[in-house]
Amino acid sequence: MSWLERPATETQITHRARLWLYATAVLVMVFLVIPTLLVIPMSFSASQYLEFPPSKWSLRWYESYFNSKSWMDATATSLQAGLWTALFATPVATMAAYGLHVARLKHSHMLLMLLLTPMVVPNILIGIGVFYVYVQLKLVNSMLGLVLAHSMLAIPVVMLVVGSALKTFDLDQELVARSLGASRIKAFWMVTLPQIKFSVITGAVLAFLTSFDEIIVALFVSGGPNSTLTRNMFNALRDQVDPTIAAVSTLIVLITTLLLVITQYVGRNK
Amino acid sequence: MTALPNALALQRSARWERLGMVSLIAPALLVIGLTMLIPVGWLFYLSALSDAGNFSLEHYQRMWEQPSYGRTFATTFKVSLITTFICILLSYPLAYFLSELPKRVATLCMVAVLLPLWTSLLVRTYAWLVLLQRKGLINNWGIELGLWDEPLALVHNLTGTLVGMVHVMLPFLVLPLYSAMRAIDRDYLRAAANLGAGPLRRFWLVFFPLALPGLITGTLIVFILCLGFYVTPAVLGGGKVIMVAGRIANDIELFFNWGAASALGVVLLLLTMLLIFGAMRLARIGSALVNRSQS
Repeated sequence: MSWLERPATETQITHRARLWLYATAVLVMVFLVIPTLLVIPMSFSASQYLEFPPSKWSLRWYESYFNSKSWMDATATSLQAGLWTALFATPVATMAAYGLHVARLKHSHMLLMLLLTPMVVPNILIGIGVFYVYVQLKLVNSMLGLVLAHSMLAIPVVMLVVGSALKTFDLDQELVARSLGASRIKAFWMVTLPQIKFSVITGAVLAFLTSFDEIIVALFVSGGPNSTLTRNMFNALRDQVDPTIAAVSTLIVLITTLLLVITQYVGRNK
Repeated sequence: MTALPNALALQRSARWERLGMVSLIAPALLVIGLTMLIPVGWLFYLSALSDAGNFSLEHYQRMWEQPSYGRTFATTFKVSLITTFICILLSYPLAYFLSELPKRVATLCMVAVLLPLWTSLLVRTYAWLVLLQRKGLINNWGIELGLWDEPLALVHNLTGTLVGMVHVMLPFLVLPLYSAMRAIDRDYLRAAANLGAGPLRRFWLVFFPLALPGLITGTLIVFILCLGFYVTPAVLGGGKVIMVAGRIANDIELFFNWGAASALGVVLLLLTMLLIFGAMRLARIGSALVNRSQS
């Protein structure tokens, strides 16, 4: 009672007058988190149909996931594609961000815009375009093609992360190292890289997630034995919904959260 | 007058340096060129090729003449506009609430806003499919609470699509709104109160204009992203909500009609670019206005 009449702001609005605001905000937050939080208990339900909370618990959906060759293959493909994308896109994008930062070309602004285009072009367009080109190059359904396309999507992300770290880095330190006799590469490796290390790692994690999470391009250019997890899930969602997807979803949430937490942890201990 | 030998050497070394830096950028350019610029350029080319193989604008003409294309664009705009509108309605109070909280509590609450962003889109789509189906949680609860008698059709239609899209897009509006509102100096509101303005006037004349740049940025981001949506309408719309991206996929997967798909893609791309360009101009004008009103 008394709390309701107390002013919430210095302009003497009471908490009572703001109850609608608190209620709306809490409801919207519930709306935001409910899908993620619901999937986890659902995956442990024994029932074929959804009940909440589940009346009986079981691991049968995890069993069906681990015993299914197509889900296992798809998981392996997605993990591989993510790793290769991180390994390939991170150095390529770091080099590009460094080059753009140091060179101060007349047209570096234009170049940057060009390198960031994958972020603004609708993915469906990239998907069908890449599919068309890959048909000519015989890269459809190949791991190489998938990694190349995912790297293209990941390069802008890594470039933005590494680029913003380079902006706060004092390049004169590299000059000092070079004047003391270090080669260009050695100066970068021993002076610059250790100081932007955290951003490079973050970029690599984001590159992995970009690939691991990507749906539309994978829908068009991955397939057969190289079908990704997202492609399998998308098709399963369109045809028939089976609680195995809840188990897959829980594992995906777990992997993503784990990676992000690790990145945060590395950043804090820097 | 000839340059000194030293100057010449310096010039040469600067040129080598530039060349070295450009070669560092080259791999990234190569990847993006091969998997982005060439494919999209190719689609532009295909879109201007008739079925017989010579240059023509027949795909664009058909888009203009066939009413089914008009319906696709109308659906796309309708869904995007409604989604954007609902997002504004839901995110404004939330962002306001968060901006009034002490910073530490707000950061904690922010987890709720960020959680969807790091949950895979397919996971969330699946969750909505289960929540909204005929025997899903929402229908069960609604009937138990006596809100409605028969299970409602909440998914595989426009409603399901909208719920899914609003859920995906909300964080993109909450984040810029929150940072704009956080930055507002509450002294302005106190000053307005001191001068006798009531709550509504304070909000409308002081708070709202100061948070406007965040609102405009967020709204445009949400609307632009909505236009290109594919996954959510495809799964939660159940074939009843065909937006431009879905139509492009259908043209390829079902009809192998590359010309029509490319032409649609080109229009979608140009529309997106136009809106982004407009948004950048608008943002510049907006920040100029705010700066002037504050100085």
